[in-house]
Amino acid sequence: MNIHEYQGKEILKSYGVAIQEGIVAKSPEEATEAAKKLNEQTGTEWFVVKAQIHAGGRGKGTVKETGSRGVVLAKSLAEVPVKAGAILGGTLETIQTGPAGKKVNQVLIAQDVYYPGDSEPKEFYMSVLLDRSTGKNVIMYSTEGGMDIETVAEETPEKIFKETIEPGMGLQPFQARKVAFNLGLSGQAMKQMVKFVNALYNAYEQTDSSMFEINPVLKTSDDKIIAVDAKVNLEDNALYRHPEFAELQDLSEEDPLEVEAGKHNLNYIRLDGNVGCMVNGAGLAMATMDMIKLSGGSPANFLDVGGTANATTVEAGFRLILQDPSVKAILVNIFGGIVRCDRVAQGIVDAYNNIGEVPVPIIVRLQGTNAEEAKKIIDDSGLKVYPATPLEEAAELVKSVLN
Amino acid sequence: MSVLVNNNSRVIVQGFTGKEGTFHSEQMIAYGTNVVGGVTPGKGGQIHLDRPVFNTVAEAVAQAQANTSIIFVPPAFGADAIMEAADAGIEVIICITEGIPVRDMTYAKDYIKNKNCRLVGPNCPGVITPGEAKVGIMPGLKKKKGRIGIVSKSGTLTYEAADQVVKAGLGVSTAIGIGGDPIIGTSTKDAVELLMNDPDTDGIVMIGEIGGQYEAEASRWIQSQGNPKPVVGFIAGQTAPKGKRMGHAGAIIGGKDDTAAAKMAIMRECGISVVDSPADIGKTMVAAMKA
Repeated sequence: MNIHEYQGKEILKSYGVAIQEGIVAKSPEEATEAAKKLNEQTGTEWFVVKAQIHAGGRGKGTVKETGSRGVVLAKSLAEVPVKAGAILGGTLETIQTGPAGKKVNQVLIAQDVYYPGDSEPKEFYMSVLLDRSTGKNVIMYSTEGGMDIETVAEETPEKIFKETIEPGMGLQPFQARKVAFNLGLSGQAMKQMVKFVNALYNAYEQTDSSMFEINPVLKTSDDKIIAVDAKVNLEDNALYRHPEFAELQDLSEEDPLEVEAGKHNLNYIRLDGNVGCMVNGAGLAMATMDMIKLSGGSPANFLDVGGTANATTVEAGFRLILQDPSVKAILVNIFGGIVRCDRVAQGIVDAYNNIGEVPVPIIVRLQGTNAEEAKKIIDDSGLKVYPATPLEEAAELVKSVLN
Repeated sequence: MSVLVNNNSRVIVQGFTGKEGTFHSEQMIAYGTNVVGGVTPGKGGQIHLDRPVFNTVAEAVAQAQANTSIIFVPPAFGADAIMEAADAGIEVIICITEGIPVRDMTYAKDYIKNKNCRLVGPNCPGVITPGEAKVGIMPGLKKKKGRIGIVSKSGTLTYEAADQVVKAGLGVSTAIGIGGDPIIGTSTKDAVELLMNDPDTDGIVMIGEIGGQYEAEASRWIQSQGNPKPVVGFIAGQTAPKGKRMGHAGAIIGGKDDTAAAKMAIMRECGISVVDSPADIGKTMVAAMKA
């Protein structure tokens, strides 16, 4: 589950990770109030206004309606509502949102942390994630803060460091020190970084996160180490251990069809193609999408009806697919194992009858457990569907209905 | 011979008396798998499906000489079940459970590394050696005995591949579903290696998907061995968008090495017969066997 920057920072703070302080606001008036409060709490006189959307690249992104960047600096209290107003309610397009952009419903009013002092501020990169090849967590970090880490990895891989954490043992003190020294820190800043890394890894473990990306981590001019940004991804499979995280989900950030699919326990992802598909099993579903592409179409969705598909789930799946106006044909591809094909066939018949008229051609490929009974159900129903048995035949049918 | 499961497998079911455990135990017994009992803590001493229920895996090993376990417990107890089986001396542990938290699996994988066991899964369809034993949830492949091994992250794609291989006139030696989670016990390379060393296997179908580096690792290993047996490969997810989890917890494109295109390129470089369409697996295997 993805969450907003301000939510991620609140979680980090609760585990003792030092952060750039901030208060979230939904209107220019709230932004002014937030800035006043922040000034009382931290003494900051400049304020950073940061769009809260589930996508990166906000600083370089543009709000389509106003031309404002997604992250801007307000150098006085009076500027705050003006700058916030140019972002709130707008559509922010960044390198990660695609051309459609994302609507901004909230901004984070954050303290200015780049104030002058005894030393130069310095930005670093740090993330915590699973190394799938070893099955262990790693802390990945770099002296190149504030940049896209994939670019750094490509151009200057020697500037990226990795520290592998042994499961169960956790982060050891020498490892935290190594991180600090590799980042070129000494004295007070080194001590602060050790504290920061320890708290960060502890937060990652305790929250069952899939990824933390803190870019940048800032060494301030007075040698504090703080998280200026926070990209936090919580692991869906572990959310049952953290009921308090449920309320962090922002449904407005998600595709409405995907939200609806979730209510029916369907695993649906909307894509931008013209052939809808309904498949059992994630692997076969991806393979079916690939086959649609090779047949000259383009997949409109990923939909895995899972191991317990029955008439109800299949009907729900159909209704979801048909809500997407770009769908010109539907391919149902079921290889019956645990899922019995006759149940799926009954679902198709029921969906037809309940929906009334299905406006696009349907290709149904049912293979495996009870495939013959399934074929009989479909034949007896008199429905106009294109039946296929081998996968190749289904691919040919996709080609012919699109022409 | 064959690999992982065969006529000598003495199978226990962890989560035996639950709904899933019961359904699939019946299927495995009907297939002819030697299911010697099951484990459900607190129900030890009962009889279920005409077989003894034990409180612990250790009891099942001591009293029923179990050497293989299949796990159907809920995700919150999955990692614990794996560790219990390993501790009791089970040699082949097949974990079907989907949805085990990654943190739990980091601990379990570490716990079993010095134990004498092999873990397959979690989040996998299991392993089947046609005509000998099915320790999994895939539909039976009773009449499909042959000499092609299958390695796959996905359940239904395994059935698809097996079906095509059989319809193309070949048969299956052992099909290994390794699972679609980010942390799994047996990697693609591990499973391919088992089949390469199996005298009953002449060719291999290797099915992967987006995310992780297992297919690339397996391909490089195959090449380093001098491509001893023909391998047909397919990667699901050529049309998957970046950053979206496609059903399986591990099927997500993070960086550019995670894409289907990147994996397929490496597989081709390493001498694997890569198919673009999943419909071409069977006929490509036939062609590879003749080459």
